[in-house]
Amino acid sequence: MLELLSFGPNGWGGQLLSGLAMTIAVSVSSFTLGILFGSAGAAAKLSHSLILNGIAEVYTTIVRGVPELLVIYLLFFGGSGAIMAVAGIFGYEGYIEIDAFSIGVVAVGLISGAYSTEVIRGAVQAVPVGQIEAARACGMSRWLILRRVLVPQTMRYALPGLGNVWQLTLKDTALISVTALAEIMRVAHVASGSTRQPFLFYSTAAVLYLLLTTVSTAAFERAERRANRGVRRA
Amino acid sequence: MDWELMWDSLPRLLGALPLTLTLVFASLLFGAGVAFATALLRLSGNRVAETLTAGYVFVFRGTPLLVQIFLIYYGLGQFESVRDSVLWPMLREPMWCAILALTLNTGAYTSEILRGAILSVPVGQVEAARACGMSRVLAFRRIVLPMAIRQMLPAYGNEMILMVKASSLASTITMLEITGVSRKIISQTYAVFEIFILAGAIYLLLNFLAARLIKHTEWRLTPYLRTRA
Repeated sequence: MLELLSFGPNGWGGQLLSGLAMTIAVSVSSFTLGILFGSAGAAAKLSHSLILNGIAEVYTTIVRGVPELLVIYLLFFGGSGAIMAVAGIFGYEGYIEIDAFSIGVVAVGLISGAYSTEVIRGAVQAVPVGQIEAARACGMSRWLILRRVLVPQTMRYALPGLGNVWQLTLKDTALISVTALAEIMRVAHVASGSTRQPFLFYSTAAVLYLLLTTVSTAAFERAERRANRGVRRA
Repeated sequence: MDWELMWDSLPRLLGALPLTLTLVFASLLFGAGVAFATALLRLSGNRVAETLTAGYVFVFRGTPLLVQIFLIYYGLGQFESVRDSVLWPMLREPMWCAILALTLNTGAYTSEILRGAILSVPVGQVEAARACGMSRVLAFRRIVLPMAIRQMLPAYGNEMILMVKASSLASTITMLEITGVSRKIISQTYAVFEIFILAGAIYLLLNFLAARLIKHTEWRLTPYLRTRA
């Protein structure tokens, strides 16, 4: 039975390992994209424009209220069509196909971004107003305040919440296997189909996910300790 | 946007609503039982019980739900002892596999919510109850549990919404609930956006109702926080 998990010609070890690498690649890309969406969403929610407020509110409400699988299916089946429709407006009539990786990253990134929006918004609001006022009194411009005062402190406050979002993102990437992208779940599915050992391969997948979540929990704890090294604890 | 198609597909999608609701309610109900037992065992002081339940929670919170569903639906059938057991008629059905996976998943998350809520009850309350002559069980039933349940409501509301969303994964093991039916309609009509918008709207409505229900329960259970007219 262990031969099936080995790296030999009859083993699935190599594929499982590349599946693990793919899961990490998709997770990191979607999480990064999610932070970009989240920052934009938080900026929109905190702006004084009613239109931006509304757009961000609709984004977070819909994406957080609809099943992740539905978002992935929507982009997987409808993504190419939508892009071709937009391209058609600009006069391009050819066929455009997007690869499963990009679709997966955008879909999970959208979901991750909706949760990040709330985390980042809360973190920005946790920065005391006095800090901003003091920076302005020192004569800093808006951009300088953002770069030197607001963003560094926001990052510290957002870290625990973003750690949770990372765990969600990591687990959501398993759903991309429905688009046949060869990440952990997909490899396990294919392997169990051809070897008739579903329990073996799905439990291996579970162990790999547990490994990823455990390692990243430890990494986030370290990052938090480092980010808080200048803060006195009561 | 094909409005007519949307209107025509609505009855079929709504026809799948009872199955989605069954999945959600069954797993929330069984999951509450699992969570209650798990939380009590994790706080029992018994080393073996604490390690076992901590392991259960760790595994089910650390892996994707899809893995859990596939492990139960495809994985268990691999063993002859499972296929020969009395449970096989149930474990053969995707319905029971989906409910089992969802139950164990929500049970793990809810047990942590409940454990946190039980720990948040001030020690003084228990001491006062003991001083009044209540037994430990009576104090737990009358003092700790009601306060813990009130405390855990907001977090449990999130869990309910997560379960409504999680029920969509049952479509991956051939269940024709809302997501499964939408995929079927799309494969017949190719109207991706129309159908998914409709399905998304149904889920949003369900989640909105779940959030209202929790808000209302919270309001009912906190008469002392309401301002008197």
